[in-house]
Amino acid sequence: MDLSSINPILLLASLMVAATPIILAAIGELVVERAGVLNLGVEGMMITGAVCGFIVAVNTGSPWLGFLGAAVGGAILSLLFGVLTQLLLSNQVATGLALTLFGLGLSALMGQGYIGIKAPEFADWHIPLLGDIPIIGPVIFQHDPMVYVGLIIVTAVWAFLKYSRAGLILRAVGENHEAAHALGYHVIRVRLLAIMFGGACAGLGGAYLSLVRVPQWTEGMTAGAGWIALAIVVFASWRPWRLLLGAYLFGGVTVLQLNLQAAGAAIAVEYLSMAPYLATIVVLVIMRAGRAPGSLGQSFHASR
Amino acid sequence: MTDVLLQLRGLTKAYPGVVANKDVSFDIGRGEVHALLGENGAGKSTLVKTIYGLVKPDSGAMTLEGSSFQPPEPRVARAAGVAMVFQHFSLFDALNVAENIALGMENPPPQREIAAQVRAVSDQYGLPLDPTRIVGELSAGERQRVEIIRCLLQDPKLLIMDEPTSVLTPQEVSILFETLRKLSAEGTAILYISHKLEEIRTLCDNATVLRLGEVVGTCDPRTTSARDMAELMVGTKLHVPKKATRETGEVILSLKGLSAKAPHRFGTALRDITVDVQRGEVLGIGGVAGNGQDELVAALSGEMPTSAAMVTYKNQPIGQMHPNARRKIGLLAAPEERMGHAAAPDMSLTENAIMTATTREALTSRGFLHWAKARRFAEGVIKTFDVRTPGPANAARSLSGGNLQKFVIGREIMQAPDVLVVNQPTWGVDASAAAAIRQALLDLAAKGAAVIVISQDLDELMEISDRFAALNEGRLSKPRPASGLTVEDIGLMLGGAHDMEVAHVDA
Repeated sequence: MDLSSINPILLLASLMVAATPIILAAIGELVVERAGVLNLGVEGMMITGAVCGFIVAVNTGSPWLGFLGAAVGGAILSLLFGVLTQLLLSNQVATGLALTLFGLGLSALMGQGYIGIKAPEFADWHIPLLGDIPIIGPVIFQHDPMVYVGLIIVTAVWAFLKYSRAGLILRAVGENHEAAHALGYHVIRVRLLAIMFGGACAGLGGAYLSLVRVPQWTEGMTAGAGWIALAIVVFASWRPWRLLLGAYLFGGVTVLQLNLQAAGAAIAVEYLSMAPYLATIVVLVIMRAGRAPGSLGQSFHASR
Repeated sequence: MTDVLLQLRGLTKAYPGVVANKDVSFDIGRGEVHALLGENGAGKSTLVKTIYGLVKPDSGAMTLEGSSFQPPEPRVARAAGVAMVFQHFSLFDALNVAENIALGMENPPPQREIAAQVRAVSDQYGLPLDPTRIVGELSAGERQRVEIIRCLLQDPKLLIMDEPTSVLTPQEVSILFETLRKLSAEGTAILYISHKLEEIRTLCDNATVLRLGEVVGTCDPRTTSARDMAELMVGTKLHVPKKATRETGEVILSLKGLSAKAPHRFGTALRDITVDVQRGEVLGIGGVAGNGQDELVAALSGEMPTSAAMVTYKNQPIGQMHPNARRKIGLLAAPEERMGHAAAPDMSLTENAIMTATTREALTSRGFLHWAKARRFAEGVIKTFDVRTPGPANAARSLSGGNLQKFVIGREIMQAPDVLVVNQPTWGVDASAAAAIRQALLDLAAKGAAVIVISQDLDELMEISDRFAALNEGRLSKPRPASGLTVEDIGLMLGGAHDMEVAHVDA
């Protein structure tokens, strides 16, 4: 095995890219769960976002419009979940699982004519000054814009939940929907908005795979990223910064094990492939402190 | 009290199958403390929810300070000066005090300012509260303070309180009453709902009595006896439990140095509890909630195993026995929390009956259920204990609190136990149902069973117990004969610190 073939700067740089789709999907789901809704359909919304983004980007030639389309597609699919669970009071777990299966099928159908096409180029930014700093520059400041969009969303969600009135109401709805209703807050409206935000973020995460990481459309290309995002939300105790940490850890070990495979490490490939999942779970379980939102996964009906 | 603040005229609200309010009219004056009385299901909650904008009446009108008042949602009611403290606290456990208060306000100032306001108001009304604490860690009394301060920061004209004292200690009740009197003196009207008639007599200026959704009378609680008010609520003569003189028999259950670690973070450790219980007696155990009541019941029912010798029943060490084995030999228990602990809310009454009665009533054979037999048993409980429900197939959740409580207690009594342990048997239960439950417990003791009643309601304990002991921080005082005990005696038995606080507040 030749470890010198692994370039640590490249490794750290690609870690940020590898973690971005999971960060995007997970931060959306975090908001949804803080509002008291368990949407297990992240995988379905991600892949729908991936295909919507790809179609829009190929037809318009603009990756930015592609991401916008992905967000809209994910949000529309999540609205289906919202109507079923919030208005028709269907079971959230079952509906979420169905949403994943539906999303996988729908995306395969929509992407029929797009297999084998390359997505329009989405150039990396070379941020002036910051990007020129040795080591830190190439690791942090020479990525495509979506990496930073993801970080901005995480920061915004953190500030929204911690400092804003709307964020407080959202947490209150997730903590005790009966009490929030008694105080006159619109539980279902808040939850529908949260669900749509979650769908839009998952869509962005999916489109990041199809437009930047791969960048092509293939059926089932999210390959479980949505489930990892879901797990990271839980293990991060529903807190944005821990979520970022978990996603980077997962991304880091993913990139590392790929590098090790390439370098011909004397460990079976299967174990290496397992490593990111194991490492993420172990670290986040050890760190785990905190409790789920009080009303998570429960249907709300304003009965008398 | 000629200055009318809120006028209700002909309020009617019907739900499918039941009229919750029928042509309800009365007035509340400025600064008046107005009591709203009624049994469970009399329509009190619906009425106050109408005033608070959570329920839209089918017909009728309200006027607030002379102008029409029809709040479509609570924020409109709050803006008009109506505030409400809920029966089941509308608080958010994971949020801190200041955040909880901000959620109840229309245009909250920044957190830091709320914290300052909370401190100011809590000083002014003698309600100590730290705005940065997480609500989940507060005691019931402190949680209520959060609700009250949330209301007070809005400068309400009318404060609605739905059963505010049901979870409070006597000390906390007296602090609350001080606050309410201060508010009333400042001109805030208070609409006060409670089952506890003695409280209403000490606090309220006027009372309106509801029965089956209709106003059946008004009275001046300061001059009307509690018994008369109770009879007005129930509509019939109130049956007062009679304590028959009876012989106590041999010791059937004894606890010897019962000690156990707190089962969870918010639990209380049991410390060296020693007591003998005789056949035919009712042992009353008083004390403020959270002093080991739940743990004591768990140790007696078998939910929490202890060293075998710590609990002996009919001279047999049973500390390690699990609940069904104890049921088999005649030791039964009814825990406090009826929804979720004593009964499974979404299961039918028959299924709930099976859950504890299966051993003694032989409701199963070779692992299969005898549905017909179980149904007959449940029907028997419903009939004997006057549980008001269409039938045993109804879910436990559909019963009102008092009715479910009668079912839960009745289910154990019908199994003819030799020892019955009950925790808070009449919590949140109206006067007539409470009297029926107390009578049933006395009848059981008269048949030679030993009954252990754990309650926070000292009047209840004095009414039915033969001997009284106090539970304080997991320790049990030496039981004393209940007849002849004075309030001071009981206060001393309940233990030091709390009494000092009462004295301080009254001074």
